Amino acid sequence: MHTATRSRTIRKATKKGIPFILMVVGTSGLGRTAFVNTLCERPLIQRRDNFDPADTAATPNVEIVPYHADLEMEDKTKISLTVLDALNFGEAINNENNFEIIQNYIETQFDNVLEEESRIKRNARFQDNRVHALIYFIAPTGHGLRELDIELMRRLGPCVNILPVIALADSLTPDELELNKKLINEDIERYQIPVYQFPVNAEEHDDNLIQASDYLRSLMPFAVVSSDQLAEINGQVRRARVYPWGIAEVDNPEHSDFQALRSALFQSHLDELREMTTDVLYENYRTKKLSQSQLVLNASSPIVPNVQTDILREEERLRAIEMSVQKEIEEKRRQLLAREEALHALEQKLAAANLNAGVNDSQPNTITTSIPTPTLMTPTIVMKDVSAPIAASNIPQGA
Amino acid sequence: MSANDTVQLNGYVGFDTITSQINRKLILRGFQFNVMVVGPSGTGKSTLINTLFSTHIMNSSGRDNIDEPIRQTTEISVISKVIQENKVQLRLNLIDTPGYCDQINNDKCWEPIIKYIRDQHALYLRRELTAHREKNIPDTRVHCCLFFIRPTGHNLRPIDISVLKRLSEVVNVVPVIAKSDSLTIDERLAFKQQIREDIAKHGIHLYPYDLEDMDESERSLNAAVRNIIPFAVVGSEKTVMVNGKPTRGRQNRWGIVDVENENHCEFVYLRNFLIRTHLQDLIEMTACVHYERFRTKQLLALKEQSSSQVPSTAGTNTNTLTLAQKEVTKQAQTAA
Repeated sequence: MHTATRSRTIRKATKKGIPFILMVVGTSGLGRTAFVNTLCERPLIQRRDNFDPADTAATPNVEIVPYHADLEMEDKTKISLTVLDALNFGEAINNENNFEIIQNYIETQFDNVLEEESRIKRNARFQDNRVHALIYFIAPTGHGLRELDIELMRRLGPCVNILPVIALADSLTPDELELNKKLINEDIERYQIPVYQFPVNAEEHDDNLIQASDYLRSLMPFAVVSSDQLAEINGQVRRARVYPWGIAEVDNPEHSDFQALRSALFQSHLDELREMTTDVLYENYRTKKLSQSQLVLNASSPIVPNVQTDILREEERLRAIEMSVQKEIEEKRRQLLAREEALHALEQKLAAANLNAGVNDSQPNTITTSIPTPTLMTPTIVMKDVSAPIAASNIPQGA
Repeated sequence: MSANDTVQLNGYVGFDTITSQINRKLILRGFQFNVMVVGPSGTGKSTLINTLFSTHIMNSSGRDNIDEPIRQTTEISVISKVIQENKVQLRLNLIDTPGYCDQINNDKCWEPIIKYIRDQHALYLRRELTAHREKNIPDTRVHCCLFFIRPTGHNLRPIDISVLKRLSEVVNVVPVIAKSDSLTIDERLAFKQQIREDIAKHGIHLYPYDLEDMDESERSLNAAVRNIIPFAVVGSEKTVMVNGKPTRGRQNRWGIVDVENENHCEFVYLRNFLIRTHLQDLIEMTACVHYERFRTKQLLALKEQSSSQVPSTAGTNTNTLTLAQKEVTKQAQTAA
């Protein structure tokens, strides 16, 4: 269903084409590669060589690989399309880190734009890489969504427009297809999963767009058949998948919703998706991010205690040094005092010994020769003896 | 007995009727067949079983409405049914594993399955070792495990390989490509080739096994089967009209997939292999190969244990037997 929007004619035809960034996510073998190739009408993504599960490390990590194509629509609008393929999603035994990697990528693009906006001198050549839409491939189990599906869509819904698609829809009978769509829609409601609902605003949008949105909403999740092979049907050559029991046509709206999805992405809702990304999703993210950093700025006390503790530490260190120095001084003083006392004691002893020596000097001769020099310390009055002058002369001045 | 010992008979003795005597006995007794289906939710396990046995035996164990919570671990659920065909009674045990590989973190999701298989071996061993054992021990050992592979068209995922390795050590594994009507013929061939390469590269031993005492015809049959593995099947319980004939199939928006048509899918080969040619062989292989391996390991472990313990004096036989039983149950509980 092709719907030409008025806004397209208003838009200036740019030479380079309107930039549109699309991410495709799904476990291996659900038809991501085929879908992208069918969408771009050329083999954009080559089938990579089957990697050997034993060669890679135990957990192959999710990788986001970009591909670029310039498309021209039937109404001459040019689109510069970038497709981001999320490789190895859900491949490992433990897939808990897969969501983070994709979420980080999307939020990094937002961060880049945020940073660029806040620059004083902006870069004129800045490339806006924000992801406009994410197509998520759901395996048609017939039992609703798996835990992996729910978790991924819930985490990525707030930062990107999610369009859920039922993969391998050509193997389902009409009853099964209905059952799957019903179960998936019920699960989406039950778990409050934020998928893109083609929202309409009665004032802004014209009737065509509103009608298209309602139709697309009724088709969700889209059941697509993708093929890059051609087959001849009733004399016409068309893209189709050939089975022994029949041929499933890609472009036939009874067989697949491929055309509806394609026109939604590139024609009717191209602007809507881009606006949603820049005006709503990005703004929400920006508000959240800035208010977080605002909280950090307001709480200045976290800085001061740090400095104070530093000062305290310094003070303590100095105090410790002081203490040790003082202790040394005390030690030295004590030692000095001890020595002084020792000296005093010695002096007194000498004095006492000198007195004794002086008393014994009255006896002749024997005394002077026998008495050693203790009398040297203190000047003593020597008795009148002939030998006395010798003793007296031997008396040096005491200390 | 060498060829020289065979003696020529002078008249008809009639011991060649022993085969029909055995036949009669066996028919009276009936047969037991235990099948386990392992695969992620939504791969058509229940439908395939119902198609194989042409009757509605298994109910799908996936979530049918949003109020059911998503299972967090692998569970084991067993359904027992008796089906009869031409006076031959077949007691079927169908073992389903809901919740396998459905979580974000699928580490060790295979453990409940391996534990169940081992428990059945241990149970049988315990019954065998009892002093007064039953004449016909009820056989709950898993004879065949159908492993369902998602039709991605690329290759086996790391979890498939690690589970296949573990399963092929304890049970006969037959890999099957589920819902193969989502692949065109070329994609199917490439996928099968890739799977076979992956299996060979990782040294996984799948059923059928070639034993030394097999003759030429059996070996060639096994080789033919090995060429078709993994079977690309489509299951259906609904009947559709193909060329005026009612047959089981699936009706798409652009065509009808006929389950019994060999050009559409390999269901016919799987059914012939599983039921018409190798049914008895599956049961025998379980007993000869897997059960024997388990038994040898258990009894050797028991011997080592009891020799390292202080030997009891009187009544050693009964003591070791009861000890053996206790050990078997204990080890069956801890070994997983």
